[in-house]
Amino acid sequence: MIAEFGLAALWLAAALALLQLVAGSLCLQPKGERMSVIVRPAAVMQGVLSALAFGALLLLFLNTDLSVKLVVMNSHSAKPVIFKLAGAWGNHEGSMLLWVTVMALAGGLVALLERRLPERTMLATLAAQAFVGLGFYAFLLFSSNPFERLPVPAREGMGLNPLLQDIGLAFHPPTLYLGYVGMSVAFSFAVGAMLTRQVTPAFATAMRPWVLGAWIFLTVGITAGSYWAYYELGWGGWWFWDPVENASLMPWLAATALLHSASVLAARDALRAWTVMLGVVAFSMSMIGTFLVRSGILTSVHAFAVDPERGTFILVLLAIYIGGALTLFAMRAGTIAEGERFSVTSREGALVVNNVALSAILGIVLLGTLYPLLAEAFGVKVSVGPPYFNPVSAIFFLPMLLVMAVGPLLRWRRDSAARIRPPLMACAGIALLVLAGLIAWGPPGLLPMLGIALAAAVGIASLLPLRGRKLRRTPLPLWGMVIAHFGLALALFGASADSAYSVERLVAARIGQVTDVGPWQVRLASVEPTAGPNWTALEARLEASYRGGAPIVATPQSRYFWAPVQQTNESALLTRWNGQLYAVLGGEAEDGRWQLRLWWKPFVTCIWFGGLLIALGGLLALIGRVYGDLRRRAILARIAQRKVDLGR
Amino acid sequence: MKALFLMFALFFAMPLAAQDALPPAPYAYRQLDDPAQEAKAQALMESLRCLKCQGQSIADSDAPMAGDMRHQVRLRIASGEAPEHIRAWLIERYGDYVSYAPKISATTWPLFAVPVLLLCIVVMVLLRRLGGRR
Amino acid sequence: MSAGSWKFWLPLAIFAGFCLLVFVQLMHPAEREVASAMIGKPLPAFDLRAAVPERPGLATVDLKDGKPRLLNIWASWCIPCAAEAPQLEALRQQGVEIVGVAIRDTPEDVTGFLARYGNPYARLGADDLSEVQLGIGSSGVPETFVIDGAGVIRYQHIGDIREDDVPMLIARLKEAAR
Repeated sequence: MIAEFGLAALWLAAALALLQLVAGSLCLQPKGERMSVIVRPAAVMQGVLSALAFGALLLLFLNTDLSVKLVVMNSHSAKPVIFKLAGAWGNHEGSMLLWVTVMALAGGLVALLERRLPERTMLATLAAQAFVGLGFYAFLLFSSNPFERLPVPAREGMGLNPLLQDIGLAFHPPTLYLGYVGMSVAFSFAVGAMLTRQVTPAFATAMRPWVLGAWIFLTVGITAGSYWAYYELGWGGWWFWDPVENASLMPWLAATALLHSASVLAARDALRAWTVMLGVVAFSMSMIGTFLVRSGILTSVHAFAVDPERGTFILVLLAIYIGGALTLFAMRAGTIAEGERFSVTSREGALVVNNVALSAILGIVLLGTLYPLLAEAFGVKVSVGPPYFNPVSAIFFLPMLLVMAVGPLLRWRRDSAARIRPPLMACAGIALLVLAGLIAWGPPGLLPMLGIALAAAVGIASLLPLRGRKLRRTPLPLWGMVIAHFGLALALFGASADSAYSVERLVAARIGQVTDVGPWQVRLASVEPTAGPNWTALEARLEASYRGGAPIVATPQSRYFWAPVQQTNESALLTRWNGQLYAVLGGEAEDGRWQLRLWWKPFVTCIWFGGLLIALGGLLALIGRVYGDLRRRAILARIAQRKVDLGR
Repeated sequence: MKALFLMFALFFAMPLAAQDALPPAPYAYRQLDDPAQEAKAQALMESLRCLKCQGQSIADSDAPMAGDMRHQVRLRIASGEAPEHIRAWLIERYGDYVSYAPKISATTWPLFAVPVLLLCIVVMVLLRRLGGRR
Repeated sequence: MSAGSWKFWLPLAIFAGFCLLVFVQLMHPAEREVASAMIGKPLPAFDLRAAVPERPGLATVDLKDGKPRLLNIWASWCIPCAAEAPQLEALRQQGVEIVGVAIRDTPEDVTGFLARYGNPYARLGADDLSEVQLGIGSSGVPETFVIDGAGVIRYQHIGDIREDDVPMLIARLKEAAR
């Protein structure tokens, strides 16, 4: 029954999306305004119904209902509850349902909360949201039904990939999806604004909180995904420029650019066409990235096998939505005047630099990700990896960081360079000092060295906007910006320090043997078998002492899952304020020794703390913006009330 | 149902097919004694693609073949071979696919031309948008 | 930015190119295998110990005696290798000389495998460190190479040999004999 209920809810939601699209489009016609009362309720109900459908799927997985094909393929009765739930979205159909649900919920929330846009633009936006949603409903219902039953219930499920049975990864995809699909709101806003020719500062202020919301989830998702790869893959790497990572980075880059250009549009009524295009591009990148990875077109560990038929279906959807939006853009962009030139020394001038740099990085990531595909079309196989991405993106990233340090100190419109010279000279001095120190200590390679020096300077510069302000009365969005920029500097510092100073030790250790790794002495105390709910493991007991201090126990495992059969390495991490000891237990070597892989990674955690700070900055900005809007509404309501009172 | 069966077969076949009885090659999980040489080897291994894996370098893989490749790299570095020579040796055997560091060639020039083009566009856009009207 | 509207069509043009590229890929999925770049080049120098006592080991000189043959890269722990055993036997019966290279294998396992699935090999070298495999650009097991009489690699077959591959391999060998 639950499966049938879920399917029915999904069909109803699709029908409501159709209604929302038709009614919303009619409203744009002259004399069509009467239909407008339907649109918002339809959007809200659509959100509720798709959430119910997703709830039904969760329930099926929770109960391990073995008459449902998807459950049989991706779950197992012996799995812990949390991973039973994670199984619901750890596959193609379930993740598509999650996608549709997030999209419908986002549309419903916009319908419920957004009051700042002109009504016509609002209706066009909701119609666009429904139009995009409809294609994915069709895909789900016609070719990827998650509620399909088996003719005969199975005896037992086939399990979930053990790599995915990890608490971090259980919540990683939903977080990322909230980010990816949340961008659909920006897309619909952009389409709605283009359709009704309302690309105004009000449009930017209305769109900004929604983009911020999605961007926060995207930031957290990328950060969490990177940390997951770091501790789960067992080799201490945290970013591989793998297609799936690039797929999440590209929408993030576009959304980051969008956030910044939206603030120019809101403050100065400029960069209109550019902002609208970024709105379209951000969600397009979400769709393209997800499609490329999931369809298996780009080789990645994250591909759920999708047959060509389904692949073609999604490609057609992409062509309609992205192609349609870009056509609309090409036709309307000429009529959206871009506004005056900016002064070099102005806030908007710095934001323009930020925007073109982010877009260039986006272009490079896109090129590097797609290039192997392009080469293959000509019968050549090439690989593009870190040795390409790191230096080439640094060409744009490092100058952008410099501008990021300066920009927030500048005033809008026109500022004098002399006013901000003293603090900047101080920051540059710090960078040079750090650089000199690093060179004296033994230079660790060009990029890491520049990274550390820049991180120090940018980190301090990012705090400067708070200078001379009463911290209590500083507006939240400003706090958000400061914290996010500081977070980026922190992440850069972590990444550079890790690549410059991490120490690796691969040893075949006897029981009782002590190995030095940087400042740590690690003693292999024992290797014992142990067991979990659906795995058995060999567990090493390592006693690690930092500079001769009291030993701390770390227990890396080599796990054997039986449904499905697979072996994974569970690394053990010892975290200090100044870095992490990373330990992996390998196989048994000759004469009773054990392979150990040990790393000391100074300040590596700064990478993810930095990522979280970036997200926190976004959150503060979001709270500030929403709070400001609520106050504005309250004041408007009071003024209206007073007018009524005066009228009496 | 056929698809279901295939999935089953795949799930169980993969770990079995990857199993072999031999211990890893001597230098698969052992570093070179000279830290400078090991650093060279590590940098090279991070930029070579594991042929059996999906999108991993041989420095990040537990596949036996990746282990054998690490062994080769470390041995050759230890015998004084230059990293780029080893990379060229592998490219001679597997084509550009084996290296994560594309070189400018007839097939890869756009990878380098496009960033240069982007740089020009960025500079052009900035010149047009910024600075007072002259 | 109003200097000409063509540039507003640029994003659409790029996207159209992307769609075309992906469509081509969807219709003709690329080969996942990595082909050897050593076709047409001489075998590298190697000298492998015998994998089992009853067959001699394998060295480059053994493959330069003027006679073309098949070089089969395989392992006892590889399932498709067992699947292709009948085809190798059929090839041997048709007078094809097959030499084998066992990748990362123990003598006991090899002996067990050969007892169970037959032994089509004239010579069988043990490649414990995948040196020969890396040397000839092979990226998995099983793979079969056609080597001509001068020790030059002429053709690479990736994956197990199916029944309909047998005549093709014989034709390749004849070609190599010319």
